[in-house]
Amino acid sequence: MPRANSIPWWRTRRMRDVLFQVALLLGVMLLIAAMVNNAAETLQRQKIASGFAFLDHTAGFDIVQALVAYNEASTYGRVLLVGILNTLLVAFIGIVITTIIGFAIGIGQLSKNWLIARLCRVYVETLRNIPLLLQIFFWYFAVLRALPGPRESWGLFDTVFLNNRGLYLPGPEAQAGFGFVVAAFAAGVMASILLAIRARAVREATGRVMPVDAMAAALIILPPAVASAVAGFPLHFSIPALSGLNFDGGLVVLPEFMALVAALSTYTASYIAEAVRAGIEGVAKGQTEAASALGLTRGQMLRLVVVPQAMRQIIPPLTSQYLNLTKNSSLAVAIAYPDLVSVFAGTSLNQTGQAIEIIAITMAVYLTISLTTSAFMNWYNARIALTER
Amino acid sequence: MRLLVSAALLFLGLAAVPAMAANSPTLEKVKKNGYLRCGVSEGLPGFGQPDNKGVWTGLDVDFCRAIASAIFNDPMKVRFTPTSAKVRFTALQAGEFDLLSRNTTWTISRDVQLGLEFIGVIYYDGQGFLVPKKLNVTSAKQLNGANVCTNTGTTTELNLADYFRANNLKYKVIAFEKNNEVIAAYDAGRCDAYTTDASGLYAERLKLRVPGDHIILPEIISKEPLGPAVNQGDPQWADLVRWTLFALLNAEELGVNSKNVDQMLKSPNPETRRLLGVEGAFGEPMGLTKDWVVRIVKRVGNYGEIFERNVGQGSPLKIKRGQNALWKNGGLQYAPPVR
Amino acid sequence: MATPARKPPHVVMPGPIEWLRENLFSSWGNGALTISAGLVAWWTIVPLVQWAFIDAAWVGTDREACLPYANGACWPFITQRIGQIVYGSYDAAERWRVDIAFAILAGALVWLTVPGLPAKRSAGTAMLTLYPLVAFVLLVGGFGLEHVPTEKWGGLLMTLVVAITGIVASLPFGILLALGRRSELPVVKTLSVVFIEFWRGVPLVTVLFMAAYMLPLFLPGGLSVDKLLGALIAVALFSSAYMAEVVRGGLQAIPKGQYEAAQAMGLGYWQATAFVILPQALRLSLPNIVGNFIGLLKDTSLVSIIGLFDLLNIVQVGTANADWATPNTAFTGYAFAGALFWLMCYSMSRYAKYLEGVLGAGERR
Repeated sequence: MPRANSIPWWRTRRMRDVLFQVALLLGVMLLIAAMVNNAAETLQRQKIASGFAFLDHTAGFDIVQALVAYNEASTYGRVLLVGILNTLLVAFIGIVITTIIGFAIGIGQLSKNWLIARLCRVYVETLRNIPLLLQIFFWYFAVLRALPGPRESWGLFDTVFLNNRGLYLPGPEAQAGFGFVVAAFAAGVMASILLAIRARAVREATGRVMPVDAMAAALIILPPAVASAVAGFPLHFSIPALSGLNFDGGLVVLPEFMALVAALSTYTASYIAEAVRAGIEGVAKGQTEAASALGLTRGQMLRLVVVPQAMRQIIPPLTSQYLNLTKNSSLAVAIAYPDLVSVFAGTSLNQTGQAIEIIAITMAVYLTISLTTSAFMNWYNARIALTER
Repeated sequence: MRLLVSAALLFLGLAAVPAMAANSPTLEKVKKNGYLRCGVSEGLPGFGQPDNKGVWTGLDVDFCRAIASAIFNDPMKVRFTPTSAKVRFTALQAGEFDLLSRNTTWTISRDVQLGLEFIGVIYYDGQGFLVPKKLNVTSAKQLNGANVCTNTGTTTELNLADYFRANNLKYKVIAFEKNNEVIAAYDAGRCDAYTTDASGLYAERLKLRVPGDHIILPEIISKEPLGPAVNQGDPQWADLVRWTLFALLNAEELGVNSKNVDQMLKSPNPETRRLLGVEGAFGEPMGLTKDWVVRIVKRVGNYGEIFERNVGQGSPLKIKRGQNALWKNGGLQYAPPVR
Repeated sequence: MATPARKPPHVVMPGPIEWLRENLFSSWGNGALTISAGLVAWWTIVPLVQWAFIDAAWVGTDREACLPYANGACWPFITQRIGQIVYGSYDAAERWRVDIAFAILAGALVWLTVPGLPAKRSAGTAMLTLYPLVAFVLLVGGFGLEHVPTEKWGGLLMTLVVAITGIVASLPFGILLALGRRSELPVVKTLSVVFIEFWRGVPLVTVLFMAAYMLPLFLPGGLSVDKLLGALIAVALFSSAYMAEVVRGGLQAIPKGQYEAAQAMGLGYWQATAFVILPQALRLSLPNIVGNFIGLLKDTSLVSIIGLFDLLNIVQVGTANADWATPNTAFTGYAFAGALFWLMCYSMSRYAKYLEGVLGAGERR
């Protein structure tokens, strides 16, 4: 084209794109440089300590729930670890429970039973439209109010106790020789997996179906049982007992944990229920008709035909709800559950005053959790999408 | 790349300019704004709390009003920012307010590492325990195995750990973000004891459903010198705040109060005359007027008046002067002279 | 379309007994389900009604009025403090300004949502551009109005200010990010993706902490930021990442032909985007934008964690007041705040549903 030649080189589309991008990049870098510079200057002017050396300093405070060994003499680095584990614990338990409730309510919404469908609908519309923080407070104070004091605890067989300080369970304590039991269990699981692979190959080759379930159960239960008997039952349980003001010994589930899990899982379930409903409604009508023509009951139809197909549509929103639950667990800070935000971005930040470092670490932790989960789910999604015929 | 470097250098140069200033930059800013910005507690009866009409009152609040009176001759030219225990230092560092006056304990790590400057002690306090009467506990030593509620990010959390460890007692700490949440959880029976500064216990007890059902244990397990703090890097401003506190104490020591301050101007006592600016001009080097103490005492009163009005006999808290009496009366409050 | 009009099939209305059998008791299992569900509903609803209405205290000025009603709500707590709950500590004499801002908003919302009213597009544009300015002057002061510092704002006012500012500010930013993410320029695309994924990967609480305690450190020396402004910036950044994803969904739904047609007409990238693509994409994204707004409105309750007095926080502060210490005050406060939030969010979600229907109908045409 003759016109193209008349445009000077710096005004061609390509050059303009390059220049624009260079300018943009430069702008962003300048902005970041300016922020870093300002922060450094403010820190220096006000003589605020900086750097990551504080992670090796003694924290000096106690944490009410720690999954790894922790006491007042531990370091801030240890606090970070305790916080991350507590966050992961609440997220994991929350995800398991919310999935169960979410699927139940989601399927319930499509129930032929008018009352069930209506109630599930009310559940979704109520919980989805009230702030989670409010629900957490509600659960917390409702739990505290409903439970008795330690001296009036509700007990079960004198081994399990429930009061407003928590749920006390017998705590397992490994004795010498417990390693053998664990090893036997691991070996059993490995053998079951190999068996399952073999059984599948046999089935695909010959059409013969092996009783895999029963065999796997035997493989998983028997070896540890035998190992345990040989080693003299090396797992003892410490039974909680009232000593002084409170129960001592055993395993305790804090009321803060119960309230947080209850609030997170019921709230998130209202979103999962909607995703499940949309997924099921998205399955082609012909599929259900074909299934009922085959004489499957409604339950069988859901389990064998509809839900497996709906899963493809359900998994992406499900993933993002799992991530939301994990991120929302940061609201623990409001009811004193010692999660990452509470003990690290909370107490530690306050004792050390190093806001930039601590918030950056906290954000990095959540970002890592989010990005790895999304990466895994994308991979998984791609995998199940490929099996489509 | 060279462009980037030169642009970055240019920016560094620009950013460096406003860092220099001759007089107290904080005072300049306060004067320009026309009001003092003060970080206070989120609602602690007697120390800092808004009343029904939203007007802030309390010991810590009146200290801010004293400074505003010295600068503007108007105790109302203060803006109060309620801050939680957790965020108070970062908020001060971030420049959200000019002065933190919020029952804050003076400790070495806070003074040295946080970039803060503590300017004195406005209230000598110590950490105690509040327990329900029905627990039948009369000493903190009987709290073995207790669940203890407290605020996160305070010295109380650390003292608690020290005390229970030193006495070989077991405990569990439930640390909340806000005062209101601690007291609500304690009232709901979550904890066997609530620990914070004794002054705070008296104040928070008023918020319980039945305050009479709870007692404060006799043990005081720590030293908690509570005082105002400012940012480091502006020594003139720290001087102004520090000498406002000393002025309040000196006024009480010399018997100058809000009712007699005008007559006291004629006092023959040279100390009183220097304090009130009749002789000498001690306010001026700080960027204030000669009669700065007259302004303070006339608008807000002396230390004794502030104490009695907010936490002492004139208040529901009815706290005795105790350690907070003047040194002449056997207390710890002692101010350097104006000379 | 020339489908012949079909008569709806003749429906025989079932009697109540048949209806019950059909829908609730079609089998033994189903009957058992119905009965247990009915019991669950009964055990939830009856105590709730009992607590909230029948056993509740209704009049009084302090806790003395509520203490006799040990198992019922303490409504005087709400009626006595309604001023604070709506306006925070906003000066009583100036509250009319907030009322006007609320009234304009409510009027505009009715205008925009009721079908059939004219000039919707100009009204919408005015709400997005002019209204924020008017509301700013009304609430903050200036032009002869007395200045009301943001420390005094609170309650419902704070909640709405944060949510509305967040959504309005995130719209343009979110659109740019969405376009950036779909751009062919590698730098633009990478920056957009990093920005979006960063904000979507972290919890809002940490973002608010960052705004409150790190933002001022990043600004040139001595410059300080109003606490509310910091929170608004944080909320806007955070929600613009979510907005970007919503708009991207709308952009993806535009058929390729539209881009090609715009190009064929000689429109450049920006012209094509502004006049052809975006109007359609935004229309399609509207239900999800409303959905985003609902999420944001609920999330405003988190600003209480950095010490701003939003609706939830102001209710909570009230419950800890010595004048109102009763066993039911906290739950009354939560119930009221919850009901208010529910009303706002539920009505918006119904509207989003309705929009989906209208837009869907347009699609099928």
